[in-house]
Amino acid sequence: MKQKQHKTWSAATAVLGVWLLTPAAADAYTVYVSSEKDNTITVVDGETLDIKATVKVGPRPRGIALSKDQKSLYVCTSDADHIEVLDLATLKVTHTLPSGPDPELLALGPDGRLLYVANEDDNMVTVVDVEGRSKVAEIQVGVEPEGMGVSPDGKWLVNTSETTNMAHFIDLATREVAANVLVDQRPRVAQFTPDSKQVWVSSEIGGNVSVIDAATKEKIKVISFEIPGLRRESIQPVGIRISDDGKRAFVALGPAARVAVIDTATLEVEKYLLVGQRVWNLEFSPDQQRLFTTNGVSNDMSVIDLERLKVRKTVPVGRLPWGVVVAP
Amino acid sequence: MSARQYLRCLAGILAREGLRFLHQRERFFGALVRPLVWLFIFAAGFRSVLGVSIIPPYETYILYEEYIVPGLAAMILLFSGMQSSLSMVYDRELGSMRLLMVSPFPRWYLLVCKLIAGAAVAAVQVYLFLVIAWYWGVQPPLIGYLLVLPALLLAALMLGALGLFLSSVIRQLENFAGVMNFVIFPMFFASSALYPLWRMRDSSSVLYEICRFNPFTWAVELIRFALYAQMNWPAFLGVTGALALFLTAAIYGYDPGRGQMRFKQGGG
Repeated sequence: MKQKQHKTWSAATAVLGVWLLTPAAADAYTVYVSSEKDNTITVVDGETLDIKATVKVGPRPRGIALSKDQKSLYVCTSDADHIEVLDLATLKVTHTLPSGPDPELLALGPDGRLLYVANEDDNMVTVVDVEGRSKVAEIQVGVEPEGMGVSPDGKWLVNTSETTNMAHFIDLATREVAANVLVDQRPRVAQFTPDSKQVWVSSEIGGNVSVIDAATKEKIKVISFEIPGLRRESIQPVGIRISDDGKRAFVALGPAARVAVIDTATLEVEKYLLVGQRVWNLEFSPDQQRLFTTNGVSNDMSVIDLERLKVRKTVPVGRLPWGVVVAP
Repeated sequence: MSARQYLRCLAGILAREGLRFLHQRERFFGALVRPLVWLFIFAAGFRSVLGVSIIPPYETYILYEEYIVPGLAAMILLFSGMQSSLSMVYDRELGSMRLLMVSPFPRWYLLVCKLIAGAAVAAVQVYLFLVIAWYWGVQPPLIGYLLVLPALLLAALMLGALGLFLSSVIRQLENFAGVMNFVIFPMFFASSALYPLWRMRDSSSVLYEICRFNPFTWAVELIRFALYAQMNWPAFLGVTGALALFLTAAIYGYDPGRGQMRFKQGGG
């Protein structure tokens, strides 16, 4: 009897524990959106989608990235020719990092110490030490470098050059360009799969996404998009995100106002989701339940429910929203 | 008479309307084909025309086909309401109405029963349409399918009452066809069923005001909000008020001392 009672109690405690833990597990997270036109970072509550703060930063903030300790945000303030570091606790810019002219997109190395920055104007990728706050190296790439993707295993950096139409594979050990893969016109974003085996490169003008084998540097497939009732030219793939389990990829299609959902096993488009005008960049919530999109022309952010693959809500953020980052 | 007898009368009229609906297959399919043509063909052509702004109850961008589904649901109710009043004219011409009217129940009660029966049948049609729309990709939240039921019934009663009132003032079938055109089409097109009203305001503010005070617009908006699990109080009050008005007018029109007697003397 006593044992039974004990069991009941522990069951009850377990239930209570789960109940108490659940809100903590689905802990609130924050979405940060850079507004190219307002020169601000908009801070949005990930659950309620209310704007919590709008932080003034340098001119033309575009690419943003979270620090490894998730306590600060690196902001490419393109027209100020440097990177600003925003402390997420105080929401103040604490210092800047040198970046070379016109930084647009950036990627943090897996160790969290080195930041790789694409300098759109001078055909360089700059390597920045975030702790020493100094430029460590510069790597010559193609014309108008743009997309930056670091492989999760830390071996490769893929940079895309908008005008040369190439994906440059940079060996991070030697900081040398080891291979160049020709892709379709105006490549924008490079994104590795979580297993580091493939890199996906979106071509804005070409209207497609090249899936490249990271080992052989050969294209596995070029995924093209077709949306009934839309002209081909309006389909301009930019942002790419691949889920942590590697099963689904999401591609923002720019003026087509759609996000394509791609099955990574078959490399076929499963579905198109309607979002705001000129959707550019995407980011997952930490629990991978939601995907946030920045819609540049309609000045808002759409929230996609990933379980049901439906757009749940679209909320206004600053003007010309560009980059998006989610922090726990 | 006891409440049980009243209930039996209602059940009888409900059963009769239900049977009539099931037996008239053409009417059954006709009621579905009309909104489906709009959804499959018309909406496809206009797919990308709208959907440039977010208006309540929607929380994100929608395709045109998603926008017009509540309007088409209301269209089913409108046609159904008019059709059931058309059947009143038939019944009257064929004499089966007299059988009903000589029953010991008060006339207003018989009319209300008839309205409820018509509304129930129309709601079934709307649900069928919503199921097809679901497979077409228009998928409101599941709770909306439950919440829309009272909205559908209230709107159906209102539109049915309007039909009933019209049938009370019309003497012959031929006239009725004309009224259908003068009532259904203006009501449908001058409403928020096919386009958001802010679009209307862009072209004409007079038209906008007409649309805003069209009872059919209230019906559409009430259904639209309910389908997305929200309440639209102005639309609700509008529909309720219009129902009260039309029903009073219909009961007045069918008062043996007035409308019906006049009809007997005039039309035979």
